[in-house]
Amino acid sequence: MKRAIIWAPLLVFAIFVAMFAFGLNRSPEQVISSRLVGQKLPDFALPGALPGQPGLASADLAKGKPRLLNIFASWCVPCVAEAPQLMALKQAGVQIDAIAIRDRPEDVANFLKRWGNPYARIGGDKQSRVQIALGSSGVPESFIIDGRGVIRHQHIGDIRPEDVPAIIAALEAAR
Amino acid sequence: MKAKHQRLSLALIALVAIIGAGLLAMSALKDQAAYFYTPSDAARDHVRPGVAVRLGGMVQKGSIRREADGVTIRFVVTDGAEAVPVRFKGIVPDLFKEDSGVVAEGRFEPGGGFVADNILAKHDERYMPPQMAGEMHRSESLKK
Amino acid sequence: MIAEAGLAALWLAAALAALQFALGAMGLRQGGDTLLPAVRPVALVQAALACLAFALLILLFLRVDLSVALVAANDHSAKPWLYRFAGAWGNHEGSMLMWVTILSLAGGAVSLFEKRLPERTLIATLAAQAAIGLGFYAFLLFASNPFARLDPAPAEGQGLNPLLQDPGLAFHPPTLYLGYVGLSVAFSFAVGALVTRDVGPAFARAMRPWVLAAWIMLTLGITAGSYWAYYELGWGGWWFWDPVENASLMPWLAATALLHSVTVLATRDGLRAWTVMLAVVAFSMSMVGTFLVRSGILTSVHSFAVDPTRGAFILALLTLYIGGALALFGLRVGTVKEGSRFDVVSREGALVVNNLLLSAILGIVLVGTLYPLMAEALSGEKLSVGPPYFNAAAGPLALVMVAVMAAGPLMRWRRDEAMAVAKRLALPALLVAGALAALLALAPSIGMLPLLGLILAGGVAAASIAPLWKRNLRRTPLFIWGMVIAHLGIAVSLAGMASDSAFTRERLVAARLGETHRVGPYTIRFDGVEPVVGPNWTAVEATLTATRNGRETLLKPQARAFWSPPTETNEAAIHTVFDGQLYVVVGKADEEGRWQLRLWWKPFVTLIWLGGAMVALGGLLSLIGRVRRERRAHGQEAFA
Repeated sequence: MKRAIIWAPLLVFAIFVAMFAFGLNRSPEQVISSRLVGQKLPDFALPGALPGQPGLASADLAKGKPRLLNIFASWCVPCVAEAPQLMALKQAGVQIDAIAIRDRPEDVANFLKRWGNPYARIGGDKQSRVQIALGSSGVPESFIIDGRGVIRHQHIGDIRPEDVPAIIAALEAAR
Repeated sequence: MKAKHQRLSLALIALVAIIGAGLLAMSALKDQAAYFYTPSDAARDHVRPGVAVRLGGMVQKGSIRREADGVTIRFVVTDGAEAVPVRFKGIVPDLFKEDSGVVAEGRFEPGGGFVADNILAKHDERYMPPQMAGEMHRSESLKK
Repeated sequence: MIAEAGLAALWLAAALAALQFALGAMGLRQGGDTLLPAVRPVALVQAALACLAFALLILLFLRVDLSVALVAANDHSAKPWLYRFAGAWGNHEGSMLMWVTILSLAGGAVSLFEKRLPERTLIATLAAQAAIGLGFYAFLLFASNPFARLDPAPAEGQGLNPLLQDPGLAFHPPTLYLGYVGLSVAFSFAVGALVTRDVGPAFARAMRPWVLAAWIMLTLGITAGSYWAYYELGWGGWWFWDPVENASLMPWLAATALLHSVTVLATRDGLRAWTVMLAVVAFSMSMVGTFLVRSGILTSVHSFAVDPTRGAFILALLTLYIGGALALFGLRVGTVKEGSRFDVVSREGALVVNNLLLSAILGIVLVGTLYPLMAEALSGEKLSVGPPYFNAAAGPLALVMVAVMAAGPLMRWRRDEAMAVAKRLALPALLVAGALAALLALAPSIGMLPLLGLILAGGVAAASIAPLWKRNLRRTPLFIWGMVIAHLGIAVSLAGMASDSAFTRERLVAARLGETHRVGPYTIRFDGVEPVVGPNWTAVEATLTATRNGRETLLKPQARAFWSPPTETNEAAIHTVFDGQLYVVVGKADEEGRWQLRLWWKPFVTLIWLGGAMVALGGLLSLIGRVRRERRAHGQEAFA
């Protein structure tokens, strides 16, 4: 009886650890992804995020070659973190388009001046309508769209250097 | 008092305290833990009216109406499949708007409506509350 | 250069922590006595290096060195210097560096000031402290390097987050961290004493000031955090049972229990094993709290960004340290001799009951905080546990505990007569009965818990002053004053809480220009709204005139909108008078041009935080009194 009491705290703690480990594994990213993957992009046509620049419509993303669609915002800190990776992908010949979420033209312009502009076209999504239609729940996120406008892969969160090979592989697979 | 008695009574007090606290916690958890529902869950499970729950989903576009008193609002929470009308008296949080995520704390009424005591909009722009994000997609995929 | 120097200092400090642990562990073995004297200086140098690393990080933030990734993400050249300074710990990496710095400082302080413990126990303590430090250094160096460079350096930082620009938030985390991490000393003492099988009154007397100091900081941190949430969130509440708040409350509950049990051990040589257990639990709660906040596994208003790898790292550390300490406890506690005996009706008996109740409340808070996770793991159901649970489960126990707190100091050590105690408690009990009658007559409709709270507050206030009865006040030791003031503070705080929940008047109105509304003793006229522009926000500011007995006060609540990132906040206007606070929030306009106003009259709500401050002050007096007395005793020994 007494021995049991002595070891009880350790036992209780072990149960907590098991629970914590469960909690860590249940990361929201794993729950969210893969819903729209394999489906056609919803129809949309966004105005340009920068004044005088072309906007982005779903038709622009179905032109025979796989493209990367990046959802970002100038006010989002992780978007800065992934900027070098996007630039590197562009250098590698990847076509990247973007949707700027709830942003103002001058902020977007500043952001691109400061961190580089890897984008071919940028649509401005002032009310996050397209973002929601895409099933994206935060920024940054990136979608790989094949030449027929079908979403083939969704990357949630910033693209880190170690993610780049997987992105390139997914682009290759979408060919 | 003898040593044995002393230890016995201390052990008894400890036992009573632990059991009492355990019972208190269990009964409170049973009554007070608020389960999380999406409109689809609520439609399927027939939540008992008057029990404190949380209802999560998107605020349906064009559904926000303000009543004549200026402080009561009505809106519809939807997850794409089902929708629940919600009534709330108070100042809505700043991030509360149409077509954006919301969690309403409150209870269902016998008629199927929902009365919210508290409205939580998403606090962090980066992600929805993980609870909600998971639920949202689950019912969407059920629909398909 | 500065960043590299900081990283080097961090690596060196980590190496010294490893050395400190190794020296201590080898020195404690047979024949290793020659190594023991080296441990103290190593601990000191390690603390100095950690401080240097932290100081360098602060310098980077002050100079807005954007080539450092952490600075670029959290700093901005347009920020006032205070926020650049505080920005150093307003983020994950910086706050973990502060954690480690305080940890090593605590170790350094122990090695410098601790003279009462036997040498071997002290060395074991320092080795344990170094072992904890080592894990967190590894966490910093491998998973959260604060000095990582960013290439190319950006032209401007990203750190204008408006919500973090608040003087309260600048100094709240350091206070809380001093408390959290200060408890590591108690943990290491316990581990040290278990290793050398040296649990006894001397160990308790040595540990007490450290526990007291950490507990004071925790008390201050929780009180300040509560006030911050009250005025900043604009929801009119002062405690939300949010996971992050609970994470700070749980170590406080454990530390409060420890503080009392350590007194039993120091004075009467009782509760040996229990005190050691509590010392382990208190710091474990700090680490669990850090883990809960840092890993983001619980959704909370205050949560930081989620990063599973970091969470896994901290979890591994937790498992190692807490599991290790509990295993050591299981192995060694059999060798801890039973302490001296006492009656159930005695000061010790009351303290045991206090400890049990505090532990039960701790358990309730822990279960409530983790229950959503538990339920999801077992049945996949998603639910949340909110204030109704915590109030219903913890409230009654807290009231019983406060009642025991009133009786405890009036009992004698070792054994007492129930009748005699009852006699001493007669006056407070009479007060309670009187207050109950008065309240039932004057305000018959208030709820059960607030009613009990109010009357108990009166009785406890009387009872907590009672130990001073018939004493020569000028010759009363400082630690008795400390206890009296701390207990009185609890009564004051309880009165504030009960008064707030029983008598608060709340109005929610849609007001036209020039309209007046009544709330409590005030008449409030809505004079208008106008736009205001701040450095990085715009706001609508309402102008309200509050009148009470012909005296006018101007109130200007704001609804602010920040644009980078887009966030909105409600700045409540708060008017404080001696008998309460008027708390006003402005909402949105409707189509007819009416503005939503939320008006609260909260009688005596300020007592909540005043009481908290008194508790901390009581702790401080007690600490000074104890340290002085110890020093005097030490001096006399030296003479004799």
